[in-house]
Amino acid sequence: MTNLLRHHLFWPVAALVALLVANTVASPGFLAITVRDGHLFGAPIDILRTTAPLLLVALGMTLVIATRGIDLSVGAVVAVSGAVALSHIASSPNPDSPVTVLTAIGLALALCLVLGVWNGFLVSVLGIQPIIATLILMTAGRGVAMLITGGMITTVNSAPFKVLGSGFWLGLPVAAVLAFGVFAVVAFVVRRTALGMLLEATGINPAASRLSGVRSKTLTWTVYAAAGLFAGLAGLLISADTMAADANNAGLFIELDAILAVVIGGTALSGGKFNLSGTLVGALVIATLERTVTVVGISPLVTPLFMALVVIAVTLLQSPRMRERLTAATRRPVATTPPEPQSAARPDSTEVKAR
Amino acid sequence: MTTSAPARAPRALKIPTRLDRRYLPVVGTFVVLALMLVVGGSRYENFVSPAVISNLFINNAHLIVLAVGMTFVILTGGIDLSVGSVLALSTVVTAALLQAGWPPAVVIPLAVGAGTVIGLAHGVMVHYFQVQPFVATLAGMFFARGLCFVIAPESIAIDEASFVSLATWVQIFGGWRMSSGVLIALIVVGAGFLVLHFTRFGRTVYAVGGGEQSALLMGLPVARTKVLAYVVSGTCAGLGGLLFAMYSQSGYSLTGVAMELDAIAAVVIGGTLLTGGTGFVLGSVLGVLVLGLIQTIITFEGTLSSWWTKIVIGVLLLIFVAVQRVLSLRKT
Repeated sequence: MTNLLRHHLFWPVAALVALLVANTVASPGFLAITVRDGHLFGAPIDILRTTAPLLLVALGMTLVIATRGIDLSVGAVVAVSGAVALSHIASSPNPDSPVTVLTAIGLALALCLVLGVWNGFLVSVLGIQPIIATLILMTAGRGVAMLITGGMITTVNSAPFKVLGSGFWLGLPVAAVLAFGVFAVVAFVVRRTALGMLLEATGINPAASRLSGVRSKTLTWTVYAAAGLFAGLAGLLISADTMAADANNAGLFIELDAILAVVIGGTALSGGKFNLSGTLVGALVIATLERTVTVVGISPLVTPLFMALVVIAVTLLQSPRMRERLTAATRRPVATTPPEPQSAARPDSTEVKAR
Repeated sequence: MTTSAPARAPRALKIPTRLDRRYLPVVGTFVVLALMLVVGGSRYENFVSPAVISNLFINNAHLIVLAVGMTFVILTGGIDLSVGSVLALSTVVTAALLQAGWPPAVVIPLAVGAGTVIGLAHGVMVHYFQVQPFVATLAGMFFARGLCFVIAPESIAIDEASFVSLATWVQIFGGWRMSSGVLIALIVVGAGFLVLHFTRFGRTVYAVGGGEQSALLMGLPVARTKVLAYVVSGTCAGLGGLLFAMYSQSGYSLTGVAMELDAIAAVVIGGTLLTGGTGFVLGSVLGVLVLGLIQTIITFEGTLSSWWTKIVIGVLLLIFVAVQRVLSLRKT
């Protein structure tokens, strides 16, 4: 029981389960999945589809946060990506040709990669604080997106592009397959090679890891580039869902949602140890929460407040102070002698101070 | 700068160079501001006129107040993402209560107090629960915005007579105009300056930002100072909301979206380091004026689209941050 309570995924998963239970109570058919036209339908599938862009952004964010950084610019990159892709499709003579769509996707992803590399350059080479370095692109990025679309909301009709947003593959939404696929590949690469450990080393102590031969700068550069690329992909999914590039509102606040997903997943913003499975659960929690609000029938006016309260509750439960208390509370009955919890509590408190 | 220095007496040399380093970013901001005025003045007629400068202050009074509060939090090494939402909350509270017939004398303290309470909650979350400032104020941002929608989803016009007369109060001298909002903002700037430089709390703010462990070991009241910094920022956001309500004579739950970024940008352009410990309130005010002047220039240019504002602010941020970086590298 103690081990279960202290497992890093306990609280996020508990939150997810609680949300699913609340949904099922409010609408008993919530978890039902039906097959229609060979595709799977149902609320859980829909949640997977809406999680996709957030999951991609949060994935990049986790890696960046692992190196002690943060990327505020992802929302702007989402907007730029959609703007580039849709502008290219709209200006081409043949919007339905797969070549046009592939070029558009290629262009958008390439530009987003460049934007990510730019962030990485500012952080790793110039040594600017990540929050400021990415704030620059966060402010300027939306301006660039508007420059590309000419301040208009570009809309297109292109069947191959639409597949990205609302198509199905093997009965599952293409967006979800893509996002979860990318997630699985990254998780595999990071956890089955030394890459993840090196990232954590960079985050825990950049100077020490550099001295012990870890290429901290290259790693930092890489994670920002990856975050840009994933945000670009998320931008494609979002714009393909609405088939419109809205430079002002596409991906608005997605950086905050993504950071929240990472934090809910148990990765500390102070860098170091990161937790990709936690991020996955965190992204699912946020998507389910948005869904819950409509299913349970909370007025749309109260929605943001409800979300905020859940966020505050989760953050407080995850806070070092609460964890310490909870650990102490669960340990006390188990302990045979009084001095034991004290000595066990000591490493916790020094760890907290070190932050 | 330093090349001519060796010729002088060593004692006279020491003080100016030390002052130079500390004030250099602020001086830089001031130079940029002056350059913008010169360039604008040479390009457009009536650019450097009392009317334009007065409007610069009148249009940005709320942002000045936000930037002052933000400076306190950033000096302690924290950040406050909630100020835009708290500003909106304050405008909505003001408008809704005035509409319900409450007297302004009750409404105004309540609107500002709402900000204070949220700031206090941030401080408690950051210090006692050890939640990262970024996350704590992010949650506060969602909370304040959510509360706005619950109170009033639609824009409420303010037509209460005494509030309107307070809001439209203008002092005119020559071509210069000063609204009540600007007067309040200037008082806040003065108060912020005095508190930071002439009180024990102000010195502790710098000490905490310079090194929390050292401040703790020196026996400084770190907990109280950190919590108070967030209270100051929350109160400033509440007051900023009041100023915005006076300026727009309405309360709307969607005001101030992304305004926290403007405030942070102003503070950074004003030469305050986000790591804490270095920076000045007056620098932040200059930062706000630079942002406002960009907007003015783009309006004067006429042919430029509004999105250039964002791009220019981004580029300016980049330049300032890069220069600061170079300066701090040279120091070590």
